[in-house]
Amino acid sequence: MGERILFFILAIVAILSAGGVVFSRNPVRSALLLVLNFFTLALIYFTLSAQFIGALQVIVYAGAIMVLFLFVIMLLNLGSPDAMPSERDLKRPLAYLIGFGILVTLVVQSQALLYPGAPQASPEVGTARVIGLALFTQWAYPLLLMGVLLTVGVIGSILLARRRAS
Amino acid sequence: MTLADFGWAIVRIAIMLGFLLSVLPLVIWLERRALAWFQNRVGPNRLGPFGLLQPMADAAKLFFKEEIVPASADRFIWALAPALSLFPALVAAATIPWGPNRLLTPVADVDIGLLYFLAMSSLAAYGVLLAGWSSNNKYSLLGGLRASAQVISYELGMGLALATAVLASGSFRMTSIVEMQAQPLWGVAPFLHNWLIFTPWGLIGGALFFVCMLAETNRAPFDLPEAESELVAGYQTEYSSMKFAAFFMGEYIAILAICGIMTTCFLGGYLAPINFSPIQALGEQGGFWGVLATITGALMPPFWFILKLFGLFFSFLWIRATLLRLRYDQLMNVGWRFLIPVGLVNLALLTVYVIWGWIPSLIGYGVAIALYFAIFGSRKPQRREVVLVSEAQPYRPKEA
Amino acid sequence: MDAVPLNAYLILSAFLFTMGAVGVVVKRNPIVMFMCIELMLNAVNLSFLSFARYQTDLLAQVSGHVFVLFVFGVAAAEVAVGLGIITVMFRLRESIDVDEVTLLRG
Repeated sequence: MGERILFFILAIVAILSAGGVVFSRNPVRSALLLVLNFFTLALIYFTLSAQFIGALQVIVYAGAIMVLFLFVIMLLNLGSPDAMPSERDLKRPLAYLIGFGILVTLVVQSQALLYPGAPQASPEVGTARVIGLALFTQWAYPLLLMGVLLTVGVIGSILLARRRAS
Repeated sequence: MTLADFGWAIVRIAIMLGFLLSVLPLVIWLERRALAWFQNRVGPNRLGPFGLLQPMADAAKLFFKEEIVPASADRFIWALAPALSLFPALVAAATIPWGPNRLLTPVADVDIGLLYFLAMSSLAAYGVLLAGWSSNNKYSLLGGLRASAQVISYELGMGLALATAVLASGSFRMTSIVEMQAQPLWGVAPFLHNWLIFTPWGLIGGALFFVCMLAETNRAPFDLPEAESELVAGYQTEYSSMKFAAFFMGEYIAILAICGIMTTCFLGGYLAPINFSPIQALGEQGGFWGVLATITGALMPPFWFILKLFGLFFSFLWIRATLLRLRYDQLMNVGWRFLIPVGLVNLALLTVYVIWGWIPSLIGYGVAIALYFAIFGSRKPQRREVVLVSEAQPYRPKEA
Repeated sequence: MDAVPLNAYLILSAFLFTMGAVGVVVKRNPIVMFMCIELMLNAVNLSFLSFARYQTDLLAQVSGHVFVLFVFGVAAAEVAVGLGIITVMFRLRESIDVDEVTLLRG
């Protein structure tokens, strides 16, 4: 029972903060609510006994990516709400319609899945040791490709950020 | 989880927070007195013996100060920022073991202990960044931007340095990292402990971590975010009263937590410098040896931990009193061009040790050090072009 | 102790994904659009992890976690490049309204 109550609370917080990200007019508040959302998701990952991923979620998303977002918002001084009218009037109703369609499709489809009623994985699966073993044996080539991708990302962002020598 | 487990968890939390908060005035007093001593001054010495009660007086003063909110500040975020800087610092120490008794410490001996610390310390950037932005003051904003760039850059080096401890012990669990260091030194000297700092990878990793530690906590010589001479205290400028006190406490508690991590990962945690396990064996007989075994086995470990903690804190002060503040480009150069490559090479050579043993690894270290000096050793320090003020031309952007 | 059913996680994931998708369409500020994309990626991560917990095969369970790691990597690379593009865009035209960026050459 306790697990269900915890999940319910976390899910409410996650949905509310996600809504705040979309509907807040101030980019800084959007970013902060997104941090809250990622943090709640990390807690949900812990309840899914994915402890390693949960910790990485906080380090990568909350600790690095969102700080970068805030950094850029502040650097470009986009923080004030009226820096930019943030909604397009014409597309709004259409967007809500599409969103509703996506939601209904996803929910209906997910109800149709045939899955065991009880969790099957042991808590051991979420530990760094098990994931690391799989990552460096079975997934070694994708991992190398990931390294290539990140290197390209680093070089690309440096090239973009560099001022051209005049 | 039974009720007894729950009760013990509360006790553990209470002990940790109690220790952190009660040692805080002592730490602040030490900082002021030791800095004064380094600078040939007296320091606060009026209130209480040796001025020990001075932090209490400071706290009382801050408590009764008027709180001034900048008119154009974003009120909610402005009030949130001090809390966001205090909270990660308070909870970051939860996985650090400071004694052998698992009922009393650490608060949670989780499988991902070190990752948990990294996660919490990476959250510390928010307090500073948001304080700088929401104050709506250009000096504060500059301080906040500097802090976030600095924390992100040095987080990488810190992760690489901590990875040596993880790789050497094979676990993220803090207690396993300490137990790994309880082995005899280099496997041969049974009366000494194999602290990670006594190994080549541990020495380099520890040195890297020490530098990153200074940068993460915004201490001199990396205190650019709060440089009082150029940014009038940076992100803290607009804060007064209890909100300022929250920043102040957050900073010192973060320092204590990160010193605790350094102690645990590199300096042997709560282990004594000398191996007392023969006494433990003798203690089975009871009597005098039994008392001695209790003292060395159960009572002394927290003492060793706190001693190392304060030693590290004192080295912070020593560095603050000695070194000058870095320039911003120097800061970034140290982080990206020195710490990260050295950390990567160190990690690679530790991997060589783990797979092939210590002889190839030591050869690798020799080759790496020789290569480093062959490439960089003869290079003279880069001189910056100095333009006399009388000859300087006003800056004009070039026409397109 | 009865666990949370798989469907609950999937519905939460669907909600988050939808909000992200709506946000991408509705917003005009590219930084907020980016954040909404991150939101969608996280919704997918959540469903990966919950599926992984309900797989019977150990290999499939671990694969769910590994996939999430790869999503982290892709997201990090994407943010590094994307924020670089936004910075350049701002430097070139002093505004980052996505509706005004209609030319391939600044």
